[in-house]
Amino acid sequence: MRAATRLEKRSQIDRRGFLRVSAGAAGGLLVSLYLDVPAFGPEGNQAQPPKVYPPDAFVHLRPDGKILITVNRLEFGQGVQTSLPMILADEMDADWSHVIAELAPAADVYKDPVFGIQMVGGSGSIAHSFQQYRELGAKTRAMLIAAAADRWHLSPDQCRSENSVVYGPGNRSARYAELANDAARQPVPEKARLKNPSEFRIIGKKIRRLDSRPKCDGSQKFGLDLDLPGMKTAVVARPPVFGGRVRKFDDKDARAIDGVREVFEIPLTKGSGVAVVADRFWTAKQARDRLKIDWDLSGIEHPDSSQLWLKYQELVRTTGNVAVTRGDESALERIPRTNRIVAEYEFPYLAHTPMEPLNASVRFNGDRAEAWVPSQFQTMDQMAIAEVLGLKPEQVTFHTEFAGGGFGRRAVIDAHVPREAALIARRFRGTPIKLFWTREDDVRGGYYRPMHAHRVEIGIGRDGMPAAWRHVIVGQSLVAGTPFESFLIKNGVDETAVEGTADTSYNIPNFHVSAHHPKVNVPVLWWRSVGHTHNAFVMETLIDELATRAKMDPIVYRRRLLKSEAKKLRAALDLMDEKSARWRSSLPGGHAVGISCHESFDTAVACAVDVSIENKRPRIHRATVAVNCGLAVNPLTVESQFQAGLGFGVTQLMARGAITFKDGRVEQRNFDSYTPPYIVDAPVSVEVHIVPSTDAPTGCGEPPVPVISPAVVNALAKLTGKRYRSLPLASL
Amino acid sequence: MATYQLNVNGQRKQVNVDPSTPLLWVLREELKMTGTKYGCGISACGACTVHLDGVATRSCVVPVSLVSDRSIVTIEGIGADPVGRAVQDAWVDKDVVQCGYCQSGQIMSAVALLQATPRPSDTNIEESMGGNLCRCATYVRIREAIKSASQQLK
Repeated sequence: MRAATRLEKRSQIDRRGFLRVSAGAAGGLLVSLYLDVPAFGPEGNQAQPPKVYPPDAFVHLRPDGKILITVNRLEFGQGVQTSLPMILADEMDADWSHVIAELAPAADVYKDPVFGIQMVGGSGSIAHSFQQYRELGAKTRAMLIAAAADRWHLSPDQCRSENSVVYGPGNRSARYAELANDAARQPVPEKARLKNPSEFRIIGKKIRRLDSRPKCDGSQKFGLDLDLPGMKTAVVARPPVFGGRVRKFDDKDARAIDGVREVFEIPLTKGSGVAVVADRFWTAKQARDRLKIDWDLSGIEHPDSSQLWLKYQELVRTTGNVAVTRGDESALERIPRTNRIVAEYEFPYLAHTPMEPLNASVRFNGDRAEAWVPSQFQTMDQMAIAEVLGLKPEQVTFHTEFAGGGFGRRAVIDAHVPREAALIARRFRGTPIKLFWTREDDVRGGYYRPMHAHRVEIGIGRDGMPAAWRHVIVGQSLVAGTPFESFLIKNGVDETAVEGTADTSYNIPNFHVSAHHPKVNVPVLWWRSVGHTHNAFVMETLIDELATRAKMDPIVYRRRLLKSEAKKLRAALDLMDEKSARWRSSLPGGHAVGISCHESFDTAVACAVDVSIENKRPRIHRATVAVNCGLAVNPLTVESQFQAGLGFGVTQLMARGAITFKDGRVEQRNFDSYTPPYIVDAPVSVEVHIVPSTDAPTGCGEPPVPVISPAVVNALAKLTGKRYRSLPLASL
Repeated sequence: MATYQLNVNGQRKQVNVDPSTPLLWVLREELKMTGTKYGCGISACGACTVHLDGVATRSCVVPVSLVSDRSIVTIEGIGADPVGRAVQDAWVDKDVVQCGYCQSGQIMSAVALLQATPRPSDTNIEESMGGNLCRCATYVRIREAIKSASQQLK
């Protein structure tokens, strides 16, 4: 009867998962649990799945006792290589000291459960995979317990697990490593009981990163560090104006350099360029410097920042496509002009400039290819490489490499970096090619946070609160003409351009937001926190201005204006108020407090900063932030994301924090002319307080970014009496 | 092409490269020591910081022909130094790293600071670390880790 039950169970489970036991290279037994593989065809057909899955989908109990957990997305600083394994390990009752982690290659099984492609973005790593990794852990645990119960001829309910050991009545105990082999023969349960939050032993604890040591002793390999036998390095000379084409080129001097292997024209997403392939990077770069290229720049728009501003300033005075309209749009006109504010804002293009420059490595073998890419978008990158090489995506083995930052720059819909690498690798069958973007290529290479203009007209009610609000936003769409268009553009409005305004947490009765999306010959891209970068700045500086006009405390004013349903943000605001009250009331002379609060990616943040002016720049002495992100899976990660994320947010306040164009050409070159924050520019200290919660966790990668710049300029406004509506921030 | 004898982390290494090749690329591509990073190539970010005779130096702008017999210490070798080890341990203890790409350079600058100034003030820290860019902006914890390492070295 037991066998019959087992068979029946197995027929149920085979659609959902399968198991594998395989011999290790050293002859030891490796046990791999494959879980939650998508259904692959009719019953009994699982011997020939349509796609090859990697040998260890999520959990691998190794004979040496290590528990290898596979992370279904890129690690690029946000800490998921630690926090996703924490979730699985907790439900599995694993001993954390046994846990090691690896990044998953591209495969269907690793697609984001919400987005349906394999990616990192939208602060979704924990928010989307929390439940998934819990279930994986709980099922693994159930199988280990079932294996122990079978061994002891007991029922699973008579057994319990703790720290990688299953215990039974009497003195029975078995380590997970001993049970792994038997557990792999257990059916994968349809359902397994998940813990109550009170039972968590790893989730909710401050746990240090698993990748710290190798990142402190130089041993961590990033994409750019890849070194394969016979590997060649490629750099590409790109046109000085986006879309320019090579008319002709002279490579005589370039080829004269020892170690240069090939120089040839390649098509780019727009226009064309000249690829130089050499044995070494330094050789390739020198050769590129010696190319004489005659560019055809005719018939393409030459963007020019000052002209664009004029055009945007005109557009912003007209109503665009409606993003949201609430109440009576003409209410504004009934408010006397003396009780109105008209504010116009300017935001420049911003480059992401992750510390590790963009790169991708590809080896093409004719009927297969292998790729190594620090990628936020494995699915798109793998498809693009396959397309270039005339292969199916599953013929491209795609390794996710650790990335030195990204901030959105490695999540490119057109996958232009791996595409270029594949185009070059196609010419070198069997030879691995590493495509390398220099910092200059990166700063000048486009895919920027778009330039934006905002114009806001506010009518103030007798109570000092905004009674009418008319808001126009001008900026390029991030997704027009891409597969993302259908679900991100509604009524002609790109949601990523109006997020943070259209969905404001403030209760404004007559509220009207519209947007224009002009087409400009500048490639644009999401930049950490996307539309919130400019929308939070506009909203939070205006709310602050309104509070000042109403002669009210900025925290009290915000609290009064928040919608009743904005509970998450209200709790963050209250906690920030409480935790910063003491220092806010005892500031030294020449210092001022700036306040902001903002919800993005379902995480609510409130921020207070202590700012003075030094060397005509803001000096941020201190910040207190309160975060409401539901359950904090790893409070240490949440704290570090906020401490550092505020610093990242200072990018848009930097004196040289802008990408500008003159006659089609980017005017900046490298960190000397596009200068992100250094240690003196970032807050000296940041205290992070987390609102206690057992609600589903929400992301913490992007929400730190929007709050800092409005908080800082709100403090500056107190010091100088001026309002700051144009970024980057000029000398004070 | 020319042949150079280098002293890297206490070991003699011989390389045959173009004299203009920056030390950074000799380390990364000839000696396969990839812990030292490229970030800008113009000494504006500090990701390539190594010690030349104990001085924190941007290896991306030092041609190999100018190194001569000076002692080169990289992130791969700094742990052999007590200050280096203390800084690495403090970095792990304070969970400083995020993406981690700049941290080799940050650690090399921090070690040079603590070797010269065992009790650095915030101003000393800002001066010595002022040219090391961290795009994740882990600066708050970099400060903490330097102070913690300084305490440990008492």
